[in-house]
Amino acid sequence: MSDERDWGFDTRQVHAGQRPDPYTGARAMPIFQTASYVFEDAESAAAYFNLQEYGNTYARIMNPTTAGFEERVASLEGGVGAVAFASGLAAQAGALFTLLQPGDHVVSQSALYGGTITQLKHLQRKLGYEVTFVDGDSIDEWRAAIRPETKVLYGETIGNPGGNVLDIEAVAAVAREVGAPLVIDNTFATPYLCRPGEFGADIVVHSATKFIGGHGTSIGGIVVDCGSFDFANGRFPILTDPSPAYHGLQFIETYGVYGYLMKLRAETVRDLGACLSPFNAFLFLQGLETLSLRMDRHVANAEAVADWLEGRPGVARVRYAALESSPYYELAARYLPRGAGSIFAVDLEGGRDHARAFVEKLRIWSHLANVGDAKSLVIHPASTTHRQLSDEELVGAGIEPGTVRLSVGLESVDDLIWDLERAL
Amino acid sequence: MSYQDPFTIQSIINRAKRVAIVGLSPNELRASYFVGYYLRRHGYEVVPVNPREESILGVRSYPSLADVPEPVDVVDVFRAPDAVPEIAREAVAAGAGALWLQYGVISAEGAQIAVDGGLDVVMDRCMKVEHARYLGRMHWLGFNTGEITSSRSHG
Repeated sequence: MSDERDWGFDTRQVHAGQRPDPYTGARAMPIFQTASYVFEDAESAAAYFNLQEYGNTYARIMNPTTAGFEERVASLEGGVGAVAFASGLAAQAGALFTLLQPGDHVVSQSALYGGTITQLKHLQRKLGYEVTFVDGDSIDEWRAAIRPETKVLYGETIGNPGGNVLDIEAVAAVAREVGAPLVIDNTFATPYLCRPGEFGADIVVHSATKFIGGHGTSIGGIVVDCGSFDFANGRFPILTDPSPAYHGLQFIETYGVYGYLMKLRAETVRDLGACLSPFNAFLFLQGLETLSLRMDRHVANAEAVADWLEGRPGVARVRYAALESSPYYELAARYLPRGAGSIFAVDLEGGRDHARAFVEKLRIWSHLANVGDAKSLVIHPASTTHRQLSDEELVGAGIEPGTVRLSVGLESVDDLIWDLERAL
Repeated sequence: MSYQDPFTIQSIINRAKRVAIVGLSPNELRASYFVGYYLRRHGYEVVPVNPREESILGVRSYPSLADVPEPVDVVDVFRAPDAVPEIAREAVAAGAGALWLQYGVISAEGAQIAVDGGLDVVMDRCMKVEHARYLGRMHWLGFNTGEITSSRSHG
C-alpha cells in the first residue's frame, strides 16, 4: 500500500511538512493567519486541552503553517520533531527552560554568539541556574567542569565570530558519561552542512533568521529534538514527574520519545508565549526550499573571498575553518565536508579605528547586525554585537579590536572582492 | 530485529478493528488510558484486559486475554517486559493478528514467541503515535512523520 522511501535532503527541503491542503488543494503552504480554531464538538475540545488528541486549540501553542515549518526542519535535522519560537534566542531559552530547575548546572563553551553568552548569564542570575564556561576546544575542560547537578552541555557547531568548530562527538561522549543532553546551536552550519544529531548531539537549536530564512526578512527560531536522549534516566524529574499544569500528566511516560517536545510546546511555549508568527513560518518554508542551493553558493563565495583575503597586506588573519591555516581545518573537514559556512572573521591590522573605517568604505557589503542573508554583510563586533562584553570576555570569545565579521552572500563574487579591495 | 518496520506498522493500524489493551489503567492520566481513549475516538473497538477492574472506558474489562470471548486483531501491551512472554503465548493461542509492545515494553523472548506463532510484532512503539503519524494529525504539532506526498487526499 505504501512505498517507503528514504527521501533525499533536497526532496525533503521542498516537501517535508507540507502536503497539499486537503480542503482547497492549495499546493503552496497556506498562511493560516488565525488566532484560534473552532472545535468540532465539546468532547474534541476537551481531548485537545487534555493533550489526549493532536488538535489545534490556540495559535500561541500551534498553527498549521508553523507546524509545516517545524516538521520540515525536524526532517532536515533528522529529529523526531521541532517547536518553533519567535526568535533564535527565544528558542534557546525555551529549550533550556524545559530542561532546567533552580540549582541545575550548565557547561557551555565560552566562544559563543554574544547574545547567547548574555542570555546564559541572565538566566543564571534570574532563574537560579549555574553556568560554567569552558574552552570548547579542550575536552579536559568540559569534563572537569561537570558536577553532579550538570543537566546540559551547550555548544555551537561553528562559533561566532572566531570560526571555532566544535568536536561534537567528543563533547557528546562527555555528555553521555554524565547523563545530560548535548544542546547544539547549528545556526551557522544549517542541517545541509552539518547534522549534529548524527554526531551524538541530542537537541539542536537554530536562529531561523539566518540561512534557514536566507533573505533577512524574518526573526524566528526553532528547537529540534533528535530523539537520542533518555530523559527517563532518573536525572530529569522536571520532565518525568507529574505536571501540576496538566493535572499530573507525566510527559515522558505518556509521550515517550516525543515527551520533551510535548512539554516544550504545551508548557514552555504556552507559558513564555514567544510563538512564531505563521507569516514568518511561511517565509522560512520558502527559504528552506532552496537551502542546499544557497548554501553551496554561500560556501563557494566564502571560500573565494577567504582565499583572496588571506595573506593580503593589511590583513593579519582570516579565521575561516575551511582554510588550511585554521586550527579548526581538520575538524571542519570531519564535521563540515560540504563547507564551513559563509560567516567568518578577519583581523585587520591597524586596530579598532581602521576596522571601523574599512566597514564605512564598503559599497555593496551592508553594515548591519545579522548574518546568513542572500546579501553580503559586515560588522565590527567590538563596537556592536559584543560591546556588552568586558575585555576579558571579548578575549574569551576570541575577538580583537580589529576583528570584522563577514557574512558572504550570493552576489557575483568578483564584485564582493572588488569592494573589499577598495576598502582595505 | 527491531520490530519497528513501517510497512508492518501501517498494515496493522489500517486493518485492525478490535484492539485488546493488556494493562489498560482506569487512571485517565496514565499513558495506557491516553492510548485507549485515542484509539476508541478513532474508531477502534478497545477491549480492556486488567484483572483488577470491572470496566474501563465504559466497557467490560477481562482478567486475561484468554477470557476475551471474541477474536482480537491487535494485542497492545502496557506491562513490565517480564510479563510479555506469557502474554505472547496467550496472544498466539487466541489467534490474534499482531502483538504490539508499547514504549519500554521490550522483550526479545516475547516477540519471538509471537513471530513463531505467526503474529506481526511491533516493539517499543506507541500505537497512538503511529496512528497519528500515518493517519492522524501528528504533523499539526510539528512532529516528523516522515510522510511526503503530492496527493491531495492523503492525511
